Order: sequence, then structure tokens, then C-alpha cells
Amino acid sequence: MGVQRSTVIFAWILLLPAVLYVLAIVAYPLVDTFILSFTDASLRKTTNWVGWVNYDKIFNERFAEVIIRTFVWTFFSVALKMVIGTFGACMLNAAVPGRSLFRLLTMPPWIVPMAIGIFMWGWMYNGQFGMISGLLQRFGLVDGPVAFLAYGSTAFWATIVTDVWIGVPLVTIYFLAAIQSIPKDLYEAAWTDGAGRWYRFRRITLPLMVPAIITMSMLSLIATFNSFDIIWILTQGGPSGETTTMIIDTYQTAIGSKKYGEGAARAVLICIFLSLFCFAYFRVTRRLNPEKRA
Amino acid sequence: MSSPAMIDRYRWWEIILIYCGIAVFLFFVLAPFLEGFLVSLKPLSQLFSSPYRFWPENGSFEAYRTMWISVPGFARYIFNSFFISTVVTLIVLCLVIPAAYAFAKFEFRGMGILLGAFLTVNMFSGAVLLIPLFRLMRSMGVLNTYLAMIVPGVAFLIPSAIWLLRTYMIRIPQELNEAAYMDGASHFYTLRRVILPIAMPGIIVVAITTFIGAYAQQFIFALTFNSKTEYMPLPVGLFAYFGKQEVIWNELMAASFVGIAPAMVVIFFLQRYLVGGLTAGAVKQ
Repeated sequence: MGVQRSTVIFAWILLLPAVLYVLAIVAYPLVDTFILSFTDASLRKTTNWVGWVNYDKIFNERFAEVIIRTFVWTFFSVALKMVIGTFGACMLNAAVPGRSLFRLLTMPPWIVPMAIGIFMWGWMYNGQFGMISGLLQRFGLVDGPVAFLAYGSTAFWATIVTDVWIGVPLVTIYFLAAIQSIPKDLYEAAWTDGAGRWYRFRRITLPLMVPAIITMSMLSLIATFNSFDIIWILTQGGPSGETTTMIIDTYQTAIGSKKYGEGAARAVLICIFLSLFCFAYFRVTRRLNPEKRA
Repeated sequence: MSSPAMIDRYRWWEIILIYCGIAVFLFFVLAPFLEGFLVSLKPLSQLFSSPYRFWPENGSFEAYRTMWISVPGFARYIFNSFFISTVVTLIVLCLVIPAAYAFAKFEFRGMGILLGAFLTVNMFSGAVLLIPLFRLMRSMGVLNTYLAMIVPGVAFLIPSAIWLLRTYMIRIPQELNEAAYMDGASHFYTLRRVILPIAMPGIIVVAITTFIGAYAQQFIFALTFNSKTEYMPLPVGLFAYFGKQEVIWNELMAASFVGIAPAMVVIFFLQRYLVGGLTAGAVKQ
């Protein structure tokens, strides 16, 4: 189909503002990050080209630890989101009275300002007076208060739980849409064959949800890898670096210590990981929906 | 439409199980809000009493009154949050309406790649690009102004807005374009007079989701590019204020609830659009 030239020009005129904006605010900084990572840029007026020095510095013992921690943190967070999201979607799909109200009630963590939800978790985790510690003591599960954010191992899980909490509404509603798009006659056919509820879930619902679960876990992986606010507000990477992920480390280096060059090298590393995830995402979604290429 | 209920009825114990499941799920989702609300009602003395009590005794809305005094800039923080979100939304709409129309109605080489490129912007959070953005804002001379939070904020909301609006625009019948074109209307006239009025519901949904996104995400840029109290949005204002001294928790929670009230109102009245918009944006390719 031949397209008129005037039409093409018109289309580009429409696209140009958004394209230029994103180029200036996203693409240019991206290039700038790469360039900066090879310099010793800091608060000082002069900046020298230093080559691979920043990258050399990164690959010391500590940073390998940070990378591994980031992957572990991200893995558990995404896995929990998928499990809880699947559970929530199945529950909210059941035809019981009050269903639409329950769906509405899953929204808040996703809609309210993230930072404010995190303040509330900060209180929940408070050792002496917080709800979690208080309830655990009430039920006699622990003797004495538990200060979740004061110890590395508990802080690690506390930040994961908060991250899961923020991600669950979106995942749940997305999965709910996936369940509702499953053709009803499949269930009817299985039912006439005398299949029980559990069997139908295992043989119809779950297999047909797989594309949605894969797509969402890829998207969730990317978002979780970038997770900054939660850790920064709750622990700022502490205690003793136990919740320092790559993004937190980058922030501390660049903004905290004002070592722009070293921070940029870390950011480049994050970008490389993100690009890999992104590439994988596009590959996977294309394979999942070959006929529905938009 | 046959619902699962028509296939076979739930037995009474199944219904109880489902309600238990829903209760557990919603408890996880809502516990922080519940606890936060209860804390905001408790007097300070009770907050720090042992053993832990879930329900407040002689609770009051006292904290909601005192917080305005002890958080001096509180009203200003709320105003800033709304102001920044509104300006961001307006700029995003100006950029996205024409772009989404182009993506929906025209096809030529490179279009798909360009759309994919837009979507990859979603992959990068502001935190990754913080250093060059900081330098960029500094060289533009907008550090410590509203613009330092608005300019980067817009960029990261463009991709999803384009995607969402495009799904609305695609549904507009192509014949309308062609008919208008046959009548000798220019491209711009067609867009303004024919397409925009029809796409209005979609534009409103995109405006709302963008506003919510802008309102919910204003933390890292505001934290890093602005140190002036008078320009701080609510989350950063509270973070900075309560980071300084012993946290007065009941006031922090009271302030948080006032801060999330607008979002709650939006959820309540526009849930239908939100779910529709979300799933349209998510079920893609």
C-alpha cells in the first residue's frame, strides 16, 4: 500500500515533539552516562578521561556481593508477586457476593504515592511498637520485640515484603483479566466430563495463564530491578549494607559521595542488565503471541 | 455470558474457604493502611506503651489538627504535589495526543521500531539516569525549582500514555479519516475536528492515569534535584521533615492519610476506567 508523502510528513510532525522530548531527557542522559563512566567526574571543576579505571574499581569483592544480593532480592520479590498475584486473582475471580468491592480494595497500594505507603510499612516494622512485632508477641511467637529494620537478615526480607506489597495489585488485576479472557466453554466442556474444580484449575486455568505469568514476571523483573524508593526510605541500604542493591549503591556513590564517574560506571552496568532483560522480554512476548503483533 | 456459578454452584464450605482466602489476601494489601489509620488516632502516650494494643483507647483526631502546626509546610507540600502532577499531566497530553494518533492511524516503515523504542524507555527508571539528569538540570539552571521535578517526570510517563491512548485511537473507524479527507479537509483539521472529540473519553482516561502516575512517583527526582522546602512535594517533604528528628508517628500517619485521600477518591469514582485503562496498557503485542 503506497503512502502519500504528505501523509508521512504529517505523521512525523505529529511524532516529533514526543520523540525529541524522550531523546533529550532519556536518550541523551543514557549516552552521557556511558561517557561519564570513563571519566573521574566529581564536584571538582576539571574532569579527566581515565579509561577503564571506574570499571576496575567496581569489580572488587564488595560489588560482586552487591550484584548477587540484587539478583537474590529481585528473584524473591518477583516470585512472591507472581504467587500472591495468582492467588489473589483466583480468589477475586470467584463468583461470590461483594466481588467488585473486593477488587476495588486491592487497588490502594498501587495508586497511592509510593513513599507514603512505605512510611506506613516503616511503622509496621518498628521494633518496639509496630504491628508485626506486637502481634507476634501477642500470639507468643516471639519473646520480646523484633526490630525488623535493625538487622540485616530481617531488613532484607522486610524490604522484599514491602516491594511485593506495592507490586501485587497490578499483578493481581492483570492476572484477573487473563483468567477472565479464558473461553468459558472450556470449563463447561470439562464440567460435563465430570471434572472437579481443582482439576479444572490445574488443567485449564493455570496452563492458560502461563503467557500472562511469563509476560508479567518479565515486566516485574525490570521494575523490581529498578526499585529504589522502598529501600531508600526504609533502610537507606543498611544495616551494614545488607539491603544495598545496585541501584542504591549507584545512588550512594553518585549523589551521596558525589563520585559521578564511578556512579556512572555502576549505572552502565545496571543498563546492561536491563537491556538483557528487555531483549529477553521482547523475544518472549513475540514468541507467546505470534499472531497478535500490534 | 455464563459465569462459573452457572456451571456448578459453590457448596457452602467452598464459599467459606473463598471468603477466608479473600480475607487473607486483602489483609496483606490493606494492613498498612489499617494500622496507619489506627496509629493516627492514638495519642502519643499510647503509641509507646507496652504491651502492644491494636485498637486505640480514647482515640481522637487530635493528630490531624496538630500536624498542621508541627509540619509547617504541610499545606504547601500538598499544593506542590498537585501542582507538579497537573503540569506534568498537561505536558504529557500535549506531547502524546498527536504521537498516539500517528501511531494509531498511519503505517510506514520504522513505525514499529519507534514504538518499541518508546516502550524501552519504561525499562529505565529515573534512578539509573540520575547522574546525567542531575547534570542536565544543573546546566539548564533549574535545580531547586519546580521544573527540576517536572521535566524528568514527563519523560518517564510518555511511553505508557502513548501506548494507552493508541489503543483508544485504533478503535476510531478509518472511514472517518478518509471521509474527512475526501471532503478536502486538511490533516490537521481532521485531527482537531473529527478525531479529538471522538477520542475524548480515551484522553480523559490517559489524563487520569498520568496524573496518578505523576502523583505516585514523585520521589527520587524531588529528593535529588530540589532541596528547597517551598518546592517539595508531599512525600519528600514528609521524608525530610521526619528524617530530621524523632518521628512523631501519629502525626506522620495523619499527614499520610490526608496525602492519600485524593488518590482514594479517584479510585472510588473512576475504578471502571482505571481497570480498563490498565489492562489495555498491559495486554499488549
